[in-house]
Amino acid sequence: MNDPTPVRTYLGVPLYRPRVAFFEFSSCEGCQLQILNNEATLLDFLSLVEVVNFREAMKERSDDYEIALVEGSITRGDETGRLKKIREKAKVLVALGSCACFGGVNQLKNRFGLDWVKKEVYGDSPIETEYVRPLEDIVKVDLKIFGCPVKKEEVENIIINIAIGKAIVHPKYPICTECKANENICLFDLGEPCLGPITRGGCNSWCPNSRFGCWGCRGPAEDTNIEQMKKIMKEHGFSEDTILDRLECFGGFSSYAQELRKK
Amino acid sequence: MIFRVFDKDELKKLFNVMVSANKVIGPVEIGRDRDNKPIYAFNEVKSFDSVRLDYTTTKLPAKRYFLPFKENLATFSLDADDWQKKVDYNIDRPFIFFGLHACDINALNKLDKVLLGSIYPMPYYAAKRENMFIIGLDCTPQPYCFCRSMGADTALHGFDMFITDVGDLYFVEILSDTAFNFLKNIKTAEPVEDDHIQYMKVVSEKNKKFTTHVDTTDLTKILDMEFQSDVWKQWGEQCLACGTCSKVCPTCYCYGVEETIDINLHGAKKTKFLYSCNLIDFAEVAGGHNFRPERHSRLKYRYYHKHRGFVEAYEESLCVGCGRCGEACLAGITVPEVIASVRGEAG
Ligand code: SF4
Ligand code: SF4
Ligand code: SF4
Ligand code: SF4
Ligand code: SF4
Repeated sequence: MNDPTPVRTYLGVPLYRPRVAFFEFSSCEGCQLQILNNEATLLDFLSLVEVVNFREAMKERSDDYEIALVEGSITRGDETGRLKKIREKAKVLVALGSCACFGGVNQLKNRFGLDWVKKEVYGDSPIETEYVRPLEDIVKVDLKIFGCPVKKEEVENIIINIAIGKAIVHPKYPICTECKANENICLFDLGEPCLGPITRGGCNSWCPNSRFGCWGCRGPAEDTNIEQMKKIMKEHGFSEDTILDRLECFGGFSSYAQELRKK
Repeated sequence: MIFRVFDKDELKKLFNVMVSANKVIGPVEIGRDRDNKPIYAFNEVKSFDSVRLDYTTTKLPAKRYFLPFKENLATFSLDADDWQKKVDYNIDRPFIFFGLHACDINALNKLDKVLLGSIYPMPYYAAKRENMFIIGLDCTPQPYCFCRSMGADTALHGFDMFITDVGDLYFVEILSDTAFNFLKNIKTAEPVEDDHIQYMKVVSEKNKKFTTHVDTTDLTKILDMEFQSDVWKQWGEQCLACGTCSKVCPTCYCYGVEETIDINLHGAKKTKFLYSCNLIDFAEVAGGHNFRPERHSRLKYRYYHKHRGFVEAYEESLCVGCGRCGEACLAGITVPEVIASVRGEAG
């Protein structure tokens, strides 16, 4: 991709334009699509960073990059090697989306034996597959961008902050904080389950805004009261399986879910 | 104060006069909960028939009209070597509030003390507040209401007129010229002795209906003595640190400010958003130190601000007893229970 614009300035100060590469492992590529999706701001986005590798958007590839945005989880042996190489080259490695951060929907298969999974999915022509792991199981991750998919506004803000050298902070509070500010009717009032009280905010209560309970795709908030969440689900008549299904869906709560399963 | 009475049919006429030239906010039903009970909210109303005069408590106070959950404080336009700031108080016309209960009016009176009465009044609030015309409406105490314990069951000021249903008639207290002039549009009468008697009867009937009480005697002292009490830890174990209690509270005003830059680098924004002392990083300072990392200490300070600090500063508590926080808290933490538990320790 050609350099679309000259170096940008912010209040007269020229900005350093980092070289960015996108990579994907086992994923649906939905997170990368979110970034491409925003046509109105795409050119501005591209003027802040120099994209040298983005399979979904361009043919050219380069191994000379500073920031690697890595989507997907690790589920095959060869992926491990590739990820380690990316880590060696990148100054900053960003886990993009819930698959990269926690394993994502893919890690659902970890509940079952690998033989069963292979047979169920690939039938008589099995392929190599391992238990699903998030990036940080294998390499050091410098920054996580949560969400399934990530929210483009959030990614854009992060890129702006990287460009102007501002600290990147994620919300530490749970979804309920945003949900109340959006004046939604609480799903529990409507008789629906929701993981909003324990899930990290930042999506602007995306699902409850459309009257869907949260499934916890952004993983746990920073002060998570899982015991109380369990009680609330029970009091509202939801089974242990209902909460487990949600806790296990994206992998962010896997340690909590394992605890629950043990009991 | 001037009193009048008017026929029930006249209220619709009054509404129609008001709505013809103003934006009217009133209680409406926005849905039904799982028990088929109505869910109320303060929304803009265009027709009298959608106003639910019999509403109980709205899930959220009318906060969005005077303390928006999210508000743009300033926008900046940035050029190569210059920048300009634009401030907007985000109010373009007055609002008529058609039917606020006494607790919500008292909540505004309390907010005024902090946000208007301090050395640095908050202009964003002041601009909206000056553009509020308030019609109060009497109510029926619900099982969670404890406004009477907090001295907030009647409003003495902070409204333009206050309407009480006294059977066949509405009894109205008038506090402002504007209200008096509005009432010229409908047929009203001077109340007679019987109307006064009827009004007193309605008030005393209402007072009998309170089932939840909070003992506030010596509460500031008791809170001081029970600072280290274990009951706080028990409540802390239940708390989800979700901030819902502050969001639904008509008197909570804490906020955070965020500065963001547009992706084209030509604009920037300063945004205010309401926060809560129960959230994990409420007392986190630059450098990362958190003065209240534990849930129980944050929950405790919410009670200390409302029932101790504020009382010491203003001789009244920062709680009107509307019961919204307890109703909305998924963990079932209610003000009456928390305070009773703290008092229990003392007694
Ligand atoms: S709908 Fe979910 S996120 Fe919203 S307040 Fe209720 S529990 Fe919290
Ligand atoms: S509401 Fe929950 S499941 Fe939905 S996007 Fe946000 S974190 Fe993910
Ligand atoms: S007291 Fe209830 S509403 Fe308030 S933060 Fe704790 S759990 Fe949330
Ligand atoms: S603390 Fe609770 S009861 Fe008191 S005013 Fe706030 S929401 Fe109402
Ligand atoms: S400190 Fe807590 S209780 Fe007090 S106004 Fe702020 S959010 Fe409300």
